[in-house]
Parts: sequence; structure tokens; C-alpha cells
Amino acid sequence: MPLLSADQLTIQRGDRALLRDFDLRLAAGELLHLRGANGIGKTSLLETLAGLRRPAAGQCRLADEAAGLHWLGHRNGLNLQLSAIDNLRFWCGINGASPAGIDAALAGVELPARARRRACRSLSAGQKRRSALARLLLQPRPVWLLDEPLDGLDAGGLALFAALTQAHLAQGGAVLMTSHQTLPAPLAARELIL
Amino acid sequence: MKALAAIFARELRLAARAKAEWLMPPLFFVIVVTVFSFGTRPNDPQLAAFAPAVLWVGALLAALLSLERLYRTDQEDGTLEQLLVSRTALSFAVFVKGLAHWLLSGLPIVLLAAPLGLMLGLAPPHLGPLVLGLALGTPCLSFIGGFVAALTVGLPRGGALLPVLVLPLIVPVVIFGAGSVRAAQQGLDAGAPLYFLAAILTLTLTLLPWLAAAALRNAFE
Repeated sequence: MPLLSADQLTIQRGDRALLRDFDLRLAAGELLHLRGANGIGKTSLLETLAGLRRPAAGQCRLADEAAGLHWLGHRNGLNLQLSAIDNLRFWCGINGASPAGIDAALAGVELPARARRRACRSLSAGQKRRSALARLLLQPRPVWLLDEPLDGLDAGGLALFAALTQAHLAQGGAVLMTSHQTLPAPLAARELIL
Repeated sequence: MKALAAIFARELRLAARAKAEWLMPPLFFVIVVTVFSFGTRPNDPQLAAFAPAVLWVGALLAALLSLERLYRTDQEDGTLEQLLVSRTALSFAVFVKGLAHWLLSGLPIVLLAAPLGLMLGLAPPHLGPLVLGLALGTPCLSFIGGFVAALTVGLPRGGALLPVLVLPLIVPVVIFGAGSVRAAQQGLDAGAPLYFLAAILTLTLTLLPWLAAAALRNAFE
């Protein structure tokens, strides 16, 4: 039983069909790397799977609807006036997660302690990305949908991302991500080219 | 319930960080009303007759100032996506955001209305309907405006469109709001227009959060 499946998915933007009759199976422990040229519909596909966009036809299903999924778009979901801690506290609030884990999560993405309390406006692009990735650690969810998660990450950040992803896959989770870079070693992904 | 508290706390924290945003509407309100009185003859008794309209239009314009940013920054920085994916019912989130908007931009205007009304020459007994009307009417501005802000959030030039769409929708609120003060000035019962305002408020509070939530979901299509 796949954790996430899509059947006969058709995705439209305006009157242009990006994908037609698209099938997808994401199994537990699987890392799927979605590739394709700019504008081919990778982000739209992820947004549809996340439930942000309605498919024109077909359906997508989560094996465990109650556990939900993590969505990280190319926008970080951080208000620039607020600190990383405040942003994550808000996220915990709307998702019913315990805010006690925030410090551990930010430590998990190696965000320096003094950067956690500064307004996100003053953080670097990589630090913002790390703060956004910290959400993945706040609440265990089997499916991760990540749109260009490697954007702005330095070498340390890439290694960190690889470690987080591996730990998640080892626990029986699944990751579907887009990236124009090659994935950092030792991540082994199934590639899907749109 | 916790989720709604989190949204409310975030709005207040944001307001505390960006003081200009919530100080601007009341200041703007005071300036518009004051400038209006400079435009007429000194001690013009006619001014009291126009005072309800001046105060109501001033309140309306002041509320418009901060409406555009209600959802725009959330949409631009991706917070809205996280809210849509989260377990919180979007209509309740919209309701809380509207409430916070009223608290930060509507309530100060209600409190300022009485001194400004006196300045325009309103008789003290007529201040009651004015303040009561604004207390019922400014939440309508926040929620109707919030609905239109949700409608225009996906549009590139939504900021210019917002006042054009909000102002016609607000007309009934202004009619009954200013009407209650006028009724009091003519020695009539100010209650009926106020009841109408309360009815409009009930409708906006119960209906518009759902419509605004649908509009926000649609911003992604």
C-alpha cells in the first residue's frame, strides 16, 4: 500500500493542461526526485498532491489521512517581521503540535541560537531555508512534499538535509521532492522525469 | 481553539513589531476629520449636520488603509499555504484575523469618534448613537473588507482594486450608521438604524468568513 498515490491526475493552469492522466505511487521508505524543465508543472503537481490546488480530473490519496503530510513550498512560510521561534510557534499552534519541540527542531537544523530570536528579515537565504525545514522535525508525518528544499543551503546544509531525509526514510516515511541540483550523497533517489 | 489563539497571538505580535501599521489608521482618521473642519467657515453650525457623514467616511477610509495587507504578506511569504495545509479550519482562521484587524484598526476609531464628534459640533446627547453605530459598523468594515482582500489577494494589482470593490459594499453600513446620528439630531428614535446595523453585522460575521475562506482557496487556482 503506497503512502501517497495519484490516479489519472490531470492538472490544468488556466486553459493549459500541464499533466494528463498522470499516475504516481510513493511507497514507504522511498525518496522520489521529480525532475523536468522549468514550467513543466513540477510545482503544480506538488501543490495538487498537497491539496492546495484542485486537479481538473483524477484523484490523489494519502494512505494515512489523519497523519497528514508536510508541505514545504519554494516560499518558506516565514513572516519576515517575526523570529524563527515565533514563526514556528504559530505553526505549532495551527497544527496542534507541542511548542516544546521548537528549540530541539531549530538545533536539529543547526540554526545558531542568536539567529533564532532575530526577525527572519535579517537571516540569510540559507538560514531561512533551514528554519523552514525545522517544521519537518516538529511533528512526525509520513509524507514529505518538498519543492526545491535545497535552495540556498550551503555544504553543511546539504549534508544536514541528507541526514534528516535518511532518518525519515529509515522510519518508514516517504519523500517527494523537486530539485535542479543533484541530490547530496548518500541519498539515493528514484528519479521521475516529467 | 488553540489554533485560533495562535493566530490571534501572531496578529498581535506582528502589530507590536510594526507599530506604524496600527497607528496609521487612527492618525489618518483624526487628520481627515480635522482637515474637513478646516475647509468650512469657522464656527459653522452647518458642520454639525455634516458631522455624521464626515466621521463615517473618515472611519471607512482609515479602515481601508490596512486592509490590503491583511492577506497579502501571508500569501507572499507562504504562510497562507501552511495555513491551507494545516488542520485549522480556514473560515475560523479568517474570522480571527478579521477580529484582530477590528481590534487594531476599528476599536481605536470607535474610541476617537466621541472627541472628534464634539470638535465638529455634535451635541453630547448625539454622541451615543455615533459611538454605538461605529462600534457596530467598524467590524462590518473589517469583515467585508477582509472578504474583498481575500478575493483580490491573488491579483497583481489588487491594492488598487480593493477600495473600488469595498466602498460600494459598505454603502448600507454608512447609510444606517450616519442615519442613526441624523435621526437623533432630528429628535427621532435612533434605535431603528442601529438595529439594522446590528443585523448587517450578524450577517457579515456569520457569512463572510466562509466566503473569504473559499476566496483564499481559490487564490491558488
